Amino acid sequence: MTVTDTKHAVTVRDLTRRFGSFTAVDRVSFDVSPGEIFGFLGPNGAGKSTTIRMLCGILAPTSGAGSVAGFDIMTQSEKIKAHIGYMSQKFSLYEDLTVEENIDFYSGIYRIPREKKKERKEWVIEMAGLASHRDARTAILSGGWKQRLALGCAILHEPPVIFLDEPTSGVDPMSRRKFWDLIYELTGKGVTVFVTTHYMDEAEYCDRIGLVYRGELIALGTPEELKNEHMKEDVLEVACDRPQDAMEAVEKVQGVKEAALFGRGLHVVADDAGKTVGALRSFLEMEGYLPTRVEGITPSLEDVFVSLIEARDRAQQPQKEVAG
Amino acid sequence: MMQPAIASENLSKSFGPVAAVDGLTLSVDHGEIFGLVGPDGAGKTTTMRLLTSIMDPDSGQARVCGRDTVSEAEAVKERIGYMSQRFGLYPDLSVMENMEFYADIYGVPRKGRAEKIERLLSFSNLTPFKKRHAGNLSGGMKQKLGLACALIHTPEVLFLDEPTNGVDPASRRDFWRILYQLLKEKVTIFVSTAYLDEAERCNRIGLMHEGRLMALGTPGQVKKLMRGSIVEVRAARPRQAKEILKKSLPDAEVGLFGDRVHVVTDTPENTEAETIRILSKAGVEVSGARLIEPSLEDVFVSVLGKDGGRRE
Amino acid sequence: MKPMRIFAVARKEFLHIFRDPRSLAMAIAIPMLLLVLFGYALTLDVDDVPIAVWDRDATPASRDFISRFSASPYFTIVRHVDGYEKARHCIDSGEALAFLVIPEDFSETASTGQEIPVQFIVDGSDSNTATIAMGYADTVAATWSRRVMMELEQRLAGKSSSLPVDMRPRVWFNPDMESKNYIIPGLIAVIMMVIAALLTSLTVAREWERGTMEQLISTPVKGPELILGKFLPYFVIGMFDVFLAVLMGEYMFHVPLRGSAALLFFMAAIFLAGALSVGMLISIVTKSQLLASQLAMVVTFLPSFLLSGFMYAIANMPRPIQVMTHLVPARYFVALLKGIYLKGIGLEILFVEAGLLAVFGIVVVLLANVKFKKKLV
Repeated sequence: MTVTDTKHAVTVRDLTRRFGSFTAVDRVSFDVSPGEIFGFLGPNGAGKSTTIRMLCGILAPTSGAGSVAGFDIMTQSEKIKAHIGYMSQKFSLYEDLTVEENIDFYSGIYRIPREKKKERKEWVIEMAGLASHRDARTAILSGGWKQRLALGCAILHEPPVIFLDEPTSGVDPMSRRKFWDLIYELTGKGVTVFVTTHYMDEAEYCDRIGLVYRGELIALGTPEELKNEHMKEDVLEVACDRPQDAMEAVEKVQGVKEAALFGRGLHVVADDAGKTVGALRSFLEMEGYLPTRVEGITPSLEDVFVSLIEARDRAQQPQKEVAG
Repeated sequence: MMQPAIASENLSKSFGPVAAVDGLTLSVDHGEIFGLVGPDGAGKTTTMRLLTSIMDPDSGQARVCGRDTVSEAEAVKERIGYMSQRFGLYPDLSVMENMEFYADIYGVPRKGRAEKIERLLSFSNLTPFKKRHAGNLSGGMKQKLGLACALIHTPEVLFLDEPTNGVDPASRRDFWRILYQLLKEKVTIFVSTAYLDEAERCNRIGLMHEGRLMALGTPGQVKKLMRGSIVEVRAARPRQAKEILKKSLPDAEVGLFGDRVHVVTDTPENTEAETIRILSKAGVEVSGARLIEPSLEDVFVSVLGKDGGRRE
Repeated sequence: MKPMRIFAVARKEFLHIFRDPRSLAMAIAIPMLLLVLFGYALTLDVDDVPIAVWDRDATPASRDFISRFSASPYFTIVRHVDGYEKARHCIDSGEALAFLVIPEDFSETASTGQEIPVQFIVDGSDSNTATIAMGYADTVAATWSRRVMMELEQRLAGKSSSLPVDMRPRVWFNPDMESKNYIIPGLIAVIMMVIAALLTSLTVAREWERGTMEQLISTPVKGPELILGKFLPYFVIGMFDVFLAVLMGEYMFHVPLRGSAALLFFMAAIFLAGALSVGMLISIVTKSQLLASQLAMVVTFLPSFLLSGFMYAIANMPRPIQVMTHLVPARYFVALLKGIYLKGIGLEILFVEAGLLAVFGIVVVLLANVKFKKKLV
């Protein structure tokens, strides 16, 4: 089966990759529309990088089908490579080359026409804010600079689709914000962005998210959809004294299924927020935890992810133990 | 007065021209959980290595459990548990074999050892996986095994270098539950993290950036360093709302936090009303704007100021 | 040093080896394979040198001369030719390694007792074989000439005469002069050196690369405990290899062991300890598996192959090289092995070699311990 889809920037059907007996990516299917930011969210080892490598044509899938920028991932990997930008986790920059030398190198690789070369180089330097460091060795740049330079090098050839593999790991929060501003700027021009991350809060920046866990896509949708539709239970936010002790105590309250620390407060999972609020508040007051806030909230992505993972683990546990 | 569990003074370490740790001075009390917060490359790992006596500083000094980390390195090592950022156990050895190995290395007496291992395994929910090779554990389980091995000799101080980095959120929650359990047993914990929400759970934190501590104190104290106040705006189209507010409020700092827009301002009372007015006028539906306590990320950005990401 | 820690490290190391089939193969199968391959391939004996013959005389005398060659175990006549072109073709194609030309006046000249120019053309591209073949040819010709001379003299003078010197060579220790008898013991030394160093060259570097060393150095384990613990399993495997090699020497290559087997294993243990420590030292210094294994190969293989006296006699080397050979530990072990195997001598004669071997082992072990730092830089 081949899939060549021109409506979507990325289309994947039942994509699977096995390494020996280990299935790194297990029958994953999704579509990404042009101009969209699609976030692939999951813990390390969930199969995020393997998926991105298959989409970029640098790793052959075991089975399944898909297309990227209109080219088939099974048969046209070289064409795909010419039409995408790929920024790996490790920022493939040459540390011993200067900023300009790195850009020149990638211009050569992507065969940027001579007349455009200078313009693109200036664009990258401007975008990354490296005007005063053109001749600096890449090794001395901070994480944020390297990240923006790597992004610039990956999109020198103005590809319609870009893949970013954990682009913000190792970057301070300030640079992370700047980076997302750049990404929005790019998507504003119609570029499609496929990004992987294990930061829950970062996933909120995406238009749509796929949650991956142990090689499988366990949920797919906009952040709003995921938060409102994928979690059966309600979440209550609690601000109180000694949250770490309260966390264990509140599990005794009728209707409370689980409690977890969230920032400095607690997130309490309950079957029905409305019914539990009162009981929870009076319990906390009685036990001397001095609650300042107990209210039902839209669950965070983390709440949703945890709830999905735990539901899945519970379903799989019996057979796992026998196998292990 | 009792000596602090960890005390460092002007600790510095450079690699070539790069100062990985630059004049670090801090102290951590017994039974405290201290969070070292900062992005990769801020110097967290180097700090960990200096404090655990596996790397010598260029200058300055540190005492852990009252012992000097350079001249009494071995005494320090007997009293601490350390979990490095990279998985430090043997993938081809089983969970049990790894535990036994570290029990021998730390000279844990044979008597009572079996019970101790059992307790640590059940504590970290690893009992069903005793015979599994460590390499075949999931990321979250590996971290728990690392923790169990680091605890085998009942250390006074536990050093954890980004223990939950890249681990799934369910395992992360589990891991923190275990840490709180340990605090009740009076273990001092020194943990580094890049997750700012985790840092809020520590007794005290240090914000680290490019080798230096930018702020030190309880999360509450650190948050007071924030310049201005934060108005959180919930709008239907947050990205668009952010752009509009950025243009309309040139004096304020406007940023996107997940699906909310944060506006940093010196005049929060006016801003609440103003943001609603601006956005409504632009046709963006606003579901609420309120003054909130800053998150650590807000503080971080504020403390780093406009020079964030620059290296002198 | 706490025995508990040493044994913990040793046990763990054993588990690593037994769970990784490749490392087990390298530790046991490869040395045996090398012994078989080198044992059969590395023979310095030259026999059955194929020769081509052009007999231009074709008389009983010339035929008699030629028959001396065909009767000798060193030569096989593969072809009779007529003309240089054909002979040349034989040599070019590799069919023959040498070419014997008997002149037309061979028997005539022989009967007068004058000198006969017999041509012997050798393919010099393999100079070692060429040299040996020429030596053999000389001997065959000389023996024939001597007999002819004696017959001639007898006929002329009517009395039998004898040569002034009658050399009666007798070979000791290796009476059949079979090269395998001295190659196999030397080979055991070379292989042990290379394999032992290669095995341990990976062990410390692997822990640095995998990140497990960072965890280990944060514990109170002492450097010597770690090194000794890592050393023990490889030492056991190495001694097992020596045992297998000696068995193979005995039953496969039939190399006689004249001396004391106990002394042999004792010396092997000292040598092995040194060789394992060389690998360990390399591993400690490089911290990289790739670099360590390459370095271990270069540092051990070439010197012990070329400079140990295993194949090339040290006495024939230029003076400066001879001095250098004293730094090659395999030199002493090769001398010891040859002594024990072939001469059956003991420590009363070999004590210098044994002592130097021990000194080498101690120096490397100490160096490895000094170089191992429980610190990151």
